[in-house]
Amino acid sequence: MSVVSAPRPAPIPVQIPVREILPWAVFIGVLALVLLYFVGAEQGATSLISGHYVHEFVHDGRHLLGFPCH
Amino acid sequence: MMRMLLVRGMLSGLVAGLLALVFARIFGEPSVGAAIDFESAEQAARGETPDPELVSRGVQSTLGLATGVLVYAVAFGGLFALAFAVAYGRVGRLSPRATALLVALGGYLAAFVVPFLKYPANPPSIGNPDTINERTVVYFGMVALSIALAVAATYLGRRLVSRLGAWNAALVAGAAFIVTAALGALLLPTVNEVPEGFPAGVLWNFRVASLGIQLVMWTTMGLLFGALVHRRLAASGRAPEQAAPGAVAPVH
Repeated sequence: MSVVSAPRPAPIPVQIPVREILPWAVFIGVLALVLLYFVGAEQGATSLISGHYVHEFVHDGRHLLGFPCH
Repeated sequence: MMRMLLVRGMLSGLVAGLLALVFARIFGEPSVGAAIDFESAEQAARGETPDPELVSRGVQSTLGLATGVLVYAVAFGGLFALAFAVAYGRVGRLSPRATALLVALGGYLAAFVVPFLKYPANPPSIGNPDTINERTVVYFGMVALSIALAVAATYLGRRLVSRLGAWNAALVAGAAFIVTAALGALLLPTVNEVPEGFPAGVLWNFRVASLGIQLVMWTTMGLLFGALVHRRLAASGRAPEQAAPGAVAPVH
């Protein structure tokens, strides 16, 4: 009797329950949006920090990543 | 499970950001420099004194660019992991790697390419400072609309699978996204502030580089994330023979 293993069928993906995702979605979602705001929009249309330093520092990235600038 | 996905998502984002940064440095920076030269020449021709440099060009094009691209990529790495967590097991029986690549493609198109088609990236010297408020509102509005429509179209496609089969359901969902996003783009105001005499070649190169940076970032993120989570998720999947109707999914 030869031992030939049949090709293993692909496992069926198990969904991650929404109640498990939700708290992380809120936490990481807010954190990510704050980071994106500082890279993409701070000291443009709106300013939380006075001056232009943040805007000028990330200037090239802001242009190349497609955000409206100046 | 979520912690594992998020850590790997942000790690993938970081690596994707590093590759995108290399791409941006090589293919993006030359047109940024050329655009600034154009701006300076225009100012000199009008007899204006150049704006004082708050941050030097040397810092802007290296440390500043790196900070911007890396923070952006890590933030999207986190959002990507969240989108993956929702999509996995819910958009057909795709493997972790295929799901990750699909989510990355969706992210590239919905979060960047579609808004870009209406409001393309612009190099320095394009853009009237007086209209920054309107431009910011319509740009982020277009991004939000595009992402919302992509999510809605995915949901629609999922609902249609039982009636039309996976292939046709995906086609209908794709068509629904294209039509509604095109309508949205038609209704939003047009912005064109390219100054007279701005070199067309510089503008083209800048915009192609901008698309390329995002393509490098999203594909790296999708492929790397898939590779990093593949083993863990494949081990947690149910074997098909256990998946009898009414079988209870293991709780993680």
